[in-house]
Amino acid sequence: MITATNLTKVYKGSTVLNIDHLDIPEGQSFGLVGNNGAGKTTFFSLLLDLIQPTTGNIFNNEITVNQSEEWKPFTSSFIDESFLIGYLTPEEYFYFIGELRQQNKADVDVLLEKFEEFFNGEILNKRKYLRDFSKGNQKKVGIVAALIGNPKVVILDEPFANLDPTTQIRLKKTIKELTATRDTTILISSHDLIHITEVCERIVLLNHGLVEKDLITSAATLQELEAYFSKDEFVEQS
Amino acid sequence: MFQRLISLEWKSFFRSASLGKSLGLKILMGFLALYFVTIFLFFGVGLYPIIKEYFPEEDPLLFVNNYVLVWLLAELAYRFLLQTLPVLDIKPFMVMPIKKRKLINFVLVKSIFSFFNFLPLLIIIPFGIFNLYKQTHPDISIIAWMIALTFLTLSVNYANFIIKKRFTENLKALIPVLVLIIALFLLDYFDIFKVGLWFGSALDQIIESPYLAVIPVLLFIGLFKWNQKNLEGKFYLDASLKEQTKNADTKEFLWTKKFGDIAPYLQQDLKLIWRNKRPKTTIYMSFLLLGYGMFFYPQDSYQNMPWFFVFVGVFITGIFMINFGQFIPAWDAKYYSLIMSQNIPLKKYLTAKAALMTFSVIILVILATPYVYFGWNIFFLNIVCAIYNIGINIPLLLYAGSFNRKSIDLDKSPFMNYQGTGATQWLVSIPLMVVPVLFFWLFNKYVSYESGMIFLLSLGILGMFFRASAINFISQVYKRNKYSMLEGFRQKGD
Repeated sequence: MITATNLTKVYKGSTVLNIDHLDIPEGQSFGLVGNNGAGKTTFFSLLLDLIQPTTGNIFNNEITVNQSEEWKPFTSSFIDESFLIGYLTPEEYFYFIGELRQQNKADVDVLLEKFEEFFNGEILNKRKYLRDFSKGNQKKVGIVAALIGNPKVVILDEPFANLDPTTQIRLKKTIKELTATRDTTILISSHDLIHITEVCERIVLLNHGLVEKDLITSAATLQELEAYFSKDEFVEQS
Repeated sequence: MFQRLISLEWKSFFRSASLGKSLGLKILMGFLALYFVTIFLFFGVGLYPIIKEYFPEEDPLLFVNNYVLVWLLAELAYRFLLQTLPVLDIKPFMVMPIKKRKLINFVLVKSIFSFFNFLPLLIIIPFGIFNLYKQTHPDISIIAWMIALTFLTLSVNYANFIIKKRFTENLKALIPVLVLIIALFLLDYFDIFKVGLWFGSALDQIIESPYLAVIPVLLFIGLFKWNQKNLEGKFYLDASLKEQTKNADTKEFLWTKKFGDIAPYLQQDLKLIWRNKRPKTTIYMSFLLLGYGMFFYPQDSYQNMPWFFVFVGVFITGIFMINFGQFIPAWDAKYYSLIMSQNIPLKKYLTAKAALMTFSVIILVILATPYVYFGWNIFFLNIVCAIYNIGINIPLLLYAGSFNRKSIDLDKSPFMNYQGTGATQWLVSIPLMVVPVLFFWLFNKYVSYESGMIFLLSLGILGMFFRASAINFISQVYKRNKYSMLEGFRQKGD
């Protein structure tokens, strides 16, 4: 589904991302881990054509993302608050995104109903603008909006951060359901190793822009990752 | 402590992300400031001789006193419109071991060094020195007078903060104040009660008994304390949060559905305008500036230069178009990454913006019809200008938008607000206004008034025919500039 070849991004002489080849097959739940500055957000931004690669290409369903916009109809994402429109209410925001993805109000309502539990009664019918919601609640809105219109590729940058424990657990359930049918390719990044090993079948570990590990999740993965991150190299740095 | 705060201010200024980019603007503002300094200084130096020249039997100092009240009111008015409240981002300091009082004093003292406080000194000091030199009154009296006036302007400085805090949220509450001022003005005008003279004679007392200069000083201290108290009450995070509990406005703008596939974008833009202070104010300004024609149409001196009416016509029918259009797409800067990664074809996005501006031009030209009172030629010229705006200026503004790199804070007032303004905004005004005026002037001069209108009209219609392909082209430019726009919009600050 997604292929990156020869992909590098250089900022002012320092390489922040350097991926020779990465192939993410359709329907995979793909996790990205790494310390701050490892290149996770850079990779997602490149995939969404928000920044330009220094070299190489990313293909999303065989479409070169920085040459055509054809990937947009089947790709959706939530990276940060700049994906929210602050002066809309959550409902308006969902309907707006719905309209962009050819979903009418009724379609969106059906989807929102499924997330009633996820919202925990804190989002809908509050007569409040998005800018007035707390960070965690904003995140809930952004994540759910990214699932509108049956996208084939969903990209979530640190979806677990800022969420309360209940919502984290519900989000894990949602992601698992989404990938159960093998229709949706989902890419998430996280600093929470437990969560990510639980929901992702494959985990790529980035360090200073390089792919350090590429693991198919098994019972041993969590331990392997924990061992990696508690290495002396990182302890000294922090 | 003050030193440290000053060094922080210094850093925030020089390390702001857009310092280099807005240097041109800063230089322009610098020239503007220099211009005002010169004018005030000339006035300050010339005041004494001028009064002697025209009112030889008056005592200049006492004569000036009679107009001090009017001056102070005028000062309050322009400060209200132009001066921004002194701000300090208090959040990082709230939990630090610094006394609140100290931070507040820093903010308040900082405001004394405002340019607005410096200007009146340019009049007070030279005029006072002139009086000292001419020995009009005892030295001590004149010095007391200078002190009194300086503290009066500083009092205006702090009075303005109090008024601004109270009224910017609720402009309607200003009406009684305005009524009072107008009433006083009328009483003065009809010789019933001369407020200005009364205030003047109160100031004359300072000349008689110099120690009275202590009253303005006390007034200043009182206002300073009042501000201190005001700010102390706001020294909590929830002070700024409280204001936001208003219920969300959920107007749907369903009528936009008629416009087919650009409907969601139009709805989006209308909500943007309706729910945010800065774009909303541009609407009010557009209606206000409709009256701009009244300055020119009735005057005989403009009747022989009809090219000037082209400028007026483009301006009054296009004022919203200009104000809104010059900041496309910076209005959407905060969520530009959403716009760029969602399923939004740029062509549709731009078409919707163009449609919105077109509506505004149509509405404004309809509202401008009463100008037919000044002649049919003006009426038709306004229609021609509107069509020119729709055909040529709208695509032009969209094109210029592709050079916008600065984000806009939607919640700030647009008065004297240069946030988001760069060279683009200044440059685009030339083709926007000057080109149609120039064409019209040429035709009017060498052929006829009608031919000038027909030329502009045909340009406008031509532009409308080619709008689709123009937008096609412009969307290519947007696509090319996409990454640098995204990067620019991500930076905060002005």
